[in-house]
Amino acid sequence: MSEVQAAIKLSYSGFSLDVDLRLPGSGVSVLLGPSGCGKTTVLRALAGLVRAQGRVALHGDVWQDDALRERPFVPTHQRAIGYVFQEASLFPHLSVQGNLDYGRKRIPLSQQRVSLDEAVGLLGIAHLLDRRPDRLSGGERQRVAIARALLTSPSLLLMDEPLSALDAARKAEVLPYLEALNRQARMPVVYVTHALDEAARLADHLVLMEAGRVLASGPATQLFARLDLPLSQLDEAAAVLDAVVVQHDPAYGQSQLEVAGLPLWVGLTQAQPGQRVRARILARDVSVTLSRASDSSIVNILPATIESLRDDGPDTVTLGLRLSGAGADQVGCTILARVTRRSRDTLQLFEGQSVHAQIKGAALMG
Amino acid sequence: MLDAEDWLALRLTAQLATLSTVLLLLLGTPIAWWLARTGSRLKGPVAAIVALPLVLPPTVIGFYLLMLMGPHGPVGQLTQSLGWGLLPFTFWGLVVGSVLHSFPFVVQPIQQAFEAMGQRPLEVAATLRASPWDRFVSVALPLARPGFLTASVLGFAHTVGEFGVVLMIGGNIPGATRVLSVALYGHVEAMDYGKANWLAAGMVAFGFAVMLILYLLNGQTARTTSQAGGARV
Repeated sequence: MSEVQAAIKLSYSGFSLDVDLRLPGSGVSVLLGPSGCGKTTVLRALAGLVRAQGRVALHGDVWQDDALRERPFVPTHQRAIGYVFQEASLFPHLSVQGNLDYGRKRIPLSQQRVSLDEAVGLLGIAHLLDRRPDRLSGGERQRVAIARALLTSPSLLLMDEPLSALDAARKAEVLPYLEALNRQARMPVVYVTHALDEAARLADHLVLMEAGRVLASGPATQLFARLDLPLSQLDEAAAVLDAVVVQHDPAYGQSQLEVAGLPLWVGLTQAQPGQRVRARILARDVSVTLSRASDSSIVNILPATIESLRDDGPDTVTLGLRLSGAGADQVGCTILARVTRRSRDTLQLFEGQSVHAQIKGAALMG
Repeated sequence: MLDAEDWLALRLTAQLATLSTVLLLLLGTPIAWWLARTGSRLKGPVAAIVALPLVLPPTVIGFYLLMLMGPHGPVGQLTQSLGWGLLPFTFWGLVVGSVLHSFPFVVQPIQQAFEAMGQRPLEVAATLRASPWDRFVSVALPLARPGFLTASVLGFAHTVGEFGVVLMIGGNIPGATRVLSVALYGHVEAMDYGKANWLAAGMVAFGFAVMLILYLLNGQTARTTSQAGGARV
């Protein structure tokens, strides 16, 4: 599969970055890490806005390779990227239309794969075209900035914390557009954030970064459930599952999803049957029983195998539970459960054991 | 009222200030751009040289220009060998003096405007496929518009108001080097206070009008850009 490659090193006073990343050539890759971990620098190196040492390539198109004698560094304006900055950074001297046209007019007609109508429709900004940037709300500005980047028909879309300058309401306004964009995107997206919920919602592929290094890189659903990574140590540790909507039960206000061949009931969703959705299950909302309880108030009781155990401290244990459904050999069918150490010892839980996971709550994202 | 010679001085002053302003913008813009962007160690010394006319008495500048452009100075020998003759006591000598003397008034506002916009708009333009020259023309210049406006007005007005440099290298030749400020001085020397008053009052009115227009225009720009609010561009 074609891919995004960034093998780069950079060091300046008090900070060193050393990563060797290969990201899938489709879908959304999220770089997740605390401020100052170097995730934005990776993005800037992909864009050519900063020159690190190493190699940067997309689909075999080499944008930087220090080993090359000829053209070791392709400047930013010659890379087929779209870049969305943290602040919308619209040109204040141009109208919304002028901003959208700025990049679009600078690529040859033959390379224009995204039409103005398409981008404007996708981001819902048709009514804003004549406005000046100073007459837009924060969320509107960011949507225009995303459309502007899309209109260069990039082969790679880079997004640097596009929501972090927005308050919760504006964030909720822009997120659905991002999801719609990702569903339809014909180009890989690399998305930088320090917000766990954005990563859980958007990531197909996840890269965890810390202090200039990559801790782990892999399918997002897998990384969220790995007990050896810090994500599973958080209070709000949660598994993220890709699911398909099966049917709605409006009478009880619930929708049925299918995850790894198993049914999972969640609160009623707008999504149509057949549509792919993403569910999140908090570790503290999951408990285990050795036999299937038939008299429990809990609706979602799924057969699973204990894949891994980790002592969190004197009182709690986190379990990785692999769902034993039809499609359980596929990735991303592991959920987390947080139980007391006392329960672990009483039930004598061990790796490889068959159990039933009682899921008290599962939330759809978006 | 103004006599024919005064009108001649007025026309000459307008010509000198216009030409100087155009040259100042052409020469000052690249230097302002460099000063605003560079991380070079030469930035300090270059900025100091550019700012020197702010602190030097105009007569000092005039004196050294006279020496440099005179028959024994290196510039004078160059202009002679090029067949241009000598620059002191000519209109072009005044242009050289005005440009040097007004340099900081033009470079500094432009430099500040370039610095204020920061790196971000140019990075955005680069990710939207604009080449370096394209970025400069389509983003940097329009965003620095208030700086250019201030620079043009200050450069023009400062040239109009110049006296020391002109007297040192230009003298008082009607139609060639007698500008308004020198003509005014001449009237006072001749105790013709009536004529002096016409010229002086005219220049006060001119200065007031210039500053008023500048504040009105820049006030307008400041208002529209500050409304961009929150997200800095």
